[in-house]
Amino acid sequence: MAVREAEPLGSLEEVHEVGLDREDLFGMYRNMLTARGIEERGHILYKQGKIPGSFYTGRGNEASAVGVASAMGADDVGCPLQRDMGVHITRGVEPWRIFAQYMGRADGPTRGRDGNVHLGDARLGLHAMVSHLPAMLPVAVGMGLAFRIREERRVAVAWCGEGAAARGDAHEGMNLAGVRRLPVVFVIDNNQWAYSTPAHLGHAIEHLADRAAGYGFEGVVVDGTDVLAVYREAKRAVDKAREGGGPTLLESVTLRMEGHAVHDDASYVPREMFEEWVRRDPIERFRNWLLEHAGMTLAEEDEIRAGVKKLLNDSLQRAEESPLPDPALLLDGVYASQDELETPHHK
Amino acid sequence: MAEKTYLQAISDGLRQELRLDPRVFVLGEDVGLYGGAFKVTDGFQEEFGPWRVIDMPLSETAIVAGATGAALMGMRPVAEMQFADFVSCAWDHLVTVAAKQHYRAGTPIPIVLRLPSGGGFSGGPFHSQNPESLFAHIPGLKVVCPATPEDAKGLLVSAIADANPVLFFEHKHLYRRIKGEVPDERYLTPFGKARVHRPGDDIVVVTWGAMVYTADEAAEQVAADDISVEVLDLRTLIPWDREAVLESARRTSKVLVLHEDTRTGGFGAEIAATIAEEAFEHLDGPVKRIAAPDAPVPFSPPLEKAYIPQVDDVVAGLRELAAY
Repeated sequence: MAVREAEPLGSLEEVHEVGLDREDLFGMYRNMLTARGIEERGHILYKQGKIPGSFYTGRGNEASAVGVASAMGADDVGCPLQRDMGVHITRGVEPWRIFAQYMGRADGPTRGRDGNVHLGDARLGLHAMVSHLPAMLPVAVGMGLAFRIREERRVAVAWCGEGAAARGDAHEGMNLAGVRRLPVVFVIDNNQWAYSTPAHLGHAIEHLADRAAGYGFEGVVVDGTDVLAVYREAKRAVDKAREGGGPTLLESVTLRMEGHAVHDDASYVPREMFEEWVRRDPIERFRNWLLEHAGMTLAEEDEIRAGVKKLLNDSLQRAEESPLPDPALLLDGVYASQDELETPHHK
Repeated sequence: MAEKTYLQAISDGLRQELRLDPRVFVLGEDVGLYGGAFKVTDGFQEEFGPWRVIDMPLSETAIVAGATGAALMGMRPVAEMQFADFVSCAWDHLVTVAAKQHYRAGTPIPIVLRLPSGGGFSGGPFHSQNPESLFAHIPGLKVVCPATPEDAKGLLVSAIADANPVLFFEHKHLYRRIKGEVPDERYLTPFGKARVHRPGDDIVVVTWGAMVYTADEAAEQVAADDISVEVLDLRTLIPWDREAVLESARRTSKVLVLHEDTRTGGFGAEIAATIAEEAFEHLDGPVKRIAAPDAPVPFSPPLEKAYIPQVDDVVAGLRELAAY
């Protein structure tokens, strides 16, 4: 079973065929702009000293994150990672809560217990990542297992980077999902650098998607800067999983356009490589497509951008008004109480 | 009420919960078709089917992570490590994910991990350990160590009902050796309530698991010398019954802490330190610890016998304390 390299989507007709109308396309563009805008403002907050600890972004991964999340159904679930801001935005996590999380405020989804993009909202089907990547990958497989046991037509999405794909968690999770044909879509965001380690020092094969064959399911490589191609491939994989066809491994190739975290200038990334991928910026690429193929007018674009700007301004203000957490609540919630089980947090 | 082995009691409790609650399911290595390495789930797959008694690949990480993911979707997984020793392969998923998810993200992780633990039958370094103190150190986890058949069932039912990740250490040496009366109906034995296994006034032995029986035999021997020993079975380490331990310490004025796990950093150290902090004025002697030495569990019978605390060791400890 050879890995399939996905073709780009060209025309509006093709895009309509995969189920996206003009409003959907504008929505995806809006979500990509919002994801990037949050992280750009995060840099400012960091420089202002308002973000404790470190700060991580997913610049360059907006198309991959938004493309996959847009293909998920309302009742589907997943465990997005630190480059996947677009997933949170697409699923409806409010930007003000993300800013509050960055700043360690009481209204962040983890109430100041965790920082960065270590957040989720179970009501939106998103579960907070841990630093030990890709530990949430086999957890997502467990979600798929629950759907299979209950015979629900739901899908779990498991994210992983190309670096973390070297860890045993990825193997055990994918192996189990393959053995039991669980409704899981694996997304490996291959941004080519695991902190300072280049991809060729992390895996010996050309495509990580090649590994899928070893687990008995399909592997697909997609250009992660092409939101439409990512959407199409993710939708196919999600639909297949929902219909009982088992898992798919989708490798989405991008370049991490900033350092591992804010302290890292990524000087180890060759300049030519960086410049090449600047030209393939996913937002710019989608913008040009929308102008050329979807008839987006400059007035429409201005309206979208103005809406995002207002959303971010309002969100930042609301987050700044959020109180810091009360140290008196330090020990609150180390253990869950019985009554919490009676009001399910899960979808 | 019927007399049952410790193993039967666990099996009965688990079967009752599977019958009662469709959210409960079992996953582990060889738990289905084969009925479990120790036959705790014997016949379960016939009754509940292959999707509620799930044979897993040799993947401890995927077993615990899978349980966690399923719990996040509203299930009540009961996962089995074939031997407690193998839980090291799943460390991350207990310590990094399950233990911290509620504190960080507000989502309960109601999973039970059954851990056949303990030595005494030449299991060697990888089939004999008692790793309870490692997990007792991790906030967010609960740690249960039943000693009797009645408690094994009642604590397992409580573990499944609990909203948190629970590590259920079932001592292999008790599986078929210990029998006792076990109620047929469903009942929940509460966490954090110690049990007086044997009443006494002069010295209290604080212990759990298989060492309850070692302590009891030692207490019987020194009773001939008019030394009255209480054996206090903690039942659960997280939470542990500080009040009961402190009450016994104050009343008897002498304490021996006994466990099969190794000495340094063992849970007995926490108990001894708590007694020193809270009941110092009431003590008439040092808090004494008897535990396995700081070494891997050896295989050959004379080595293993020298390693695991024996009745004679406890008798010597009790006499020493009595004479202090």
